[in-house]
Amino acid sequence: MDIHEYQAKELLEQEGVKILAGGLADSPEQAVYQANVIGGSMWVVKAQIHSGARGKAGGVKVCHSTDEVRAAADSMLGKKLVTHQTGPAGKRVSHVYVEAGCEIEKELYFSLLLDRAHEEVVLVASSSGGMDIEELAEHSPEAMIKIHVEPAVGLQDFQARALAFALGIPKAGLSQAIKTIKGAYRTFRDFDAIMVEINPLVVTKTNKVIALDAKMAFDDNALFRHPDILALRDKSQEDPRETAASDRGLSYIGLEGDIGCMINGAGLAMATMDMIKHAGGEPANFLDIGGGASPERVAEAFRLVLADDNVKAMLVNIFAGINRCDWVAEGVVQAVRNMELKVPLVVRLAGTNVEEGQQIIENSGLSIITAETLADAASKAVAASRQYAG
Amino acid sequence: MAIVINEQSRVLVQGFTGKIGTFHAEDMIKYGTNVVGGVTPGKGGQLHLDRPVFNTVREAVEDTGANASIIFVPPPFAADSIMEAADAGIKYCVAITDGIPTQDMMQVKRYLLRFAKSQRMILTGPNCAGTISPGKCMLGIMPGHIYIPGHVGIVARSGTLGYEAADQMRELGIGISTAVGIGGDPINGASHRDMLELFEEDPETKAVMMIGEIGGPQEAEAAEFFKDNMSKPLVGYIAGLTAPKGRRMGHAGAIVSTAGETAAEKVEILKSAGVIVAPTPSDLGTTMAQAMNGIS
Repeated sequence: MDIHEYQAKELLEQEGVKILAGGLADSPEQAVYQANVIGGSMWVVKAQIHSGARGKAGGVKVCHSTDEVRAAADSMLGKKLVTHQTGPAGKRVSHVYVEAGCEIEKELYFSLLLDRAHEEVVLVASSSGGMDIEELAEHSPEAMIKIHVEPAVGLQDFQARALAFALGIPKAGLSQAIKTIKGAYRTFRDFDAIMVEINPLVVTKTNKVIALDAKMAFDDNALFRHPDILALRDKSQEDPRETAASDRGLSYIGLEGDIGCMINGAGLAMATMDMIKHAGGEPANFLDIGGGASPERVAEAFRLVLADDNVKAMLVNIFAGINRCDWVAEGVVQAVRNMELKVPLVVRLAGTNVEEGQQIIENSGLSIITAETLADAASKAVAASRQYAG
Repeated sequence: MAIVINEQSRVLVQGFTGKIGTFHAEDMIKYGTNVVGGVTPGKGGQLHLDRPVFNTVREAVEDTGANASIIFVPPPFAADSIMEAADAGIKYCVAITDGIPTQDMMQVKRYLLRFAKSQRMILTGPNCAGTISPGKCMLGIMPGHIYIPGHVGIVARSGTLGYEAADQMRELGIGISTAVGIGGDPINGASHRDMLELFEEDPETKAVMMIGEIGGPQEAEAAEFFKDNMSKPLVGYIAGLTAPKGRRMGHAGAIVSTAGETAAEKVEILKSAGVIVAPTPSDLGTTMAQAMNGIS
């Protein structure tokens, strides 16, 4: 689960990380009000969406008057911002964060990530701030500083000190830099984050160390023990189909293709989509209906997949283990009867009670195309989609 | 022979009396698995499915001589159950539970390192379908009948894609020595590489199939191990060719976050290490049949 910049900054501030004065606004007038409360003569207006790279997309504007603040907020609010991380659909800006300006001496990169190879949290930092981590890894891997944290004892002071020195923080800013590093680590650990990124972390002309931006993502599996983090969820930033699916215990990801998919198991779902690609088609979605393919779940899954207007054929691939093919077949037949299915449907069943399952589909009298193998299913779905599209 | 479990395995079910634990324990017993008892704290002394229930894993091990366990405990308590199994001297543990927090798994992995390698419990999972040595022992939630006994080892992240592989091989008359699900989480117990090492040592296993997916470094590690240490043929497949970058494809660990983690990149890594890569997921069985033609 992702959260907004202003929320991440609040969490970090509680752990001793310094941030600039700022306030949230959902209208240009409120943005001006926040600028007046902050005071000074320079502000930054920042679109609050769940994405990085907002600056290049026009989502971060430096303003030198309240008129500019009003105009900046007006240009962002209610609009969809498209960055290279949001996909072509973009994300709606419903709030802007108005922040005080500051005079930057030095921009740094600092993040905490999960290192899957070492099975530890890793601190990643670089004295070339502003770039994202991929650019850093590509252009100046030698400038990346990595410090691994031993999970049994956590981040040690000597590690935080070593990192601050390696980043070349001036003497006057050292203690705040160490506080920042340790505070960000505690936030990561205590809230079960999987990513905390401060980019840039800046040193000002007066040697203050400040988190100018902040991004945070949390482990979905640990949200049960963090109701305060779960409360920060902003569903408006999620794909509504994915939200609807997760509310029903289904795992759905919308894609650009035209063959709708319903499969049990994440690995088999990915493999089926691969097979569609090999057969010359493109999947419209990833959908794992999980272990219990009850008629209700199957019907929910059908509704989700068919809500996408791009879908020109649907492919159901179930390898029944705990499920039995005859139950799944009953569910599919029921779902098709209860909704007016316009697009062609290809069903491939395998595993427990496969003959009984196929029998149920054949006896239903519905125009369902059956397939025996994964390859057979994919090529039939691709052919059916082309025929349907005319 | 087989690896990790066989007819001598004495199995405990942790989370025995719950709905899911009961359902799958019955299924495993029906398959012929020697389930010697179960653990549900607070229900010690009862009988469930005609087998004794214990309050702690240690008591259960002392009383029944159990050496393997399977975990159906809910996610908030599952990491604790895994560590309890390790502490009690269980040698092989399958964690079925989906949804264990990543930081809990980091702690589990550190905890296992407290034990000398010869004493250390092997953990597979969490978020997996389990392990089966066909005809000998089933420690999982898979449909046992699709696996016929034989000489191919399977290691797979995904449950149902592992079934698909076993089923395709069964159609061609190819049997399985042991099939291991290692699960879809970002931090899991044994890795692809760990299982390849055991399959290489197992005289009954003549060839191995490894089914990976996008995300994480494990397939690349396994490829390196194969290149340097394996004499048996290895057939590989990586799921997720169409997966967009940065999106989590169902499994918590199936996400491309750094270089080398896409399906295309992993396929290249496998190929350059000499692994035979199945061209499509519909060719898992036929690719293995070809690979086995070279040996006899």
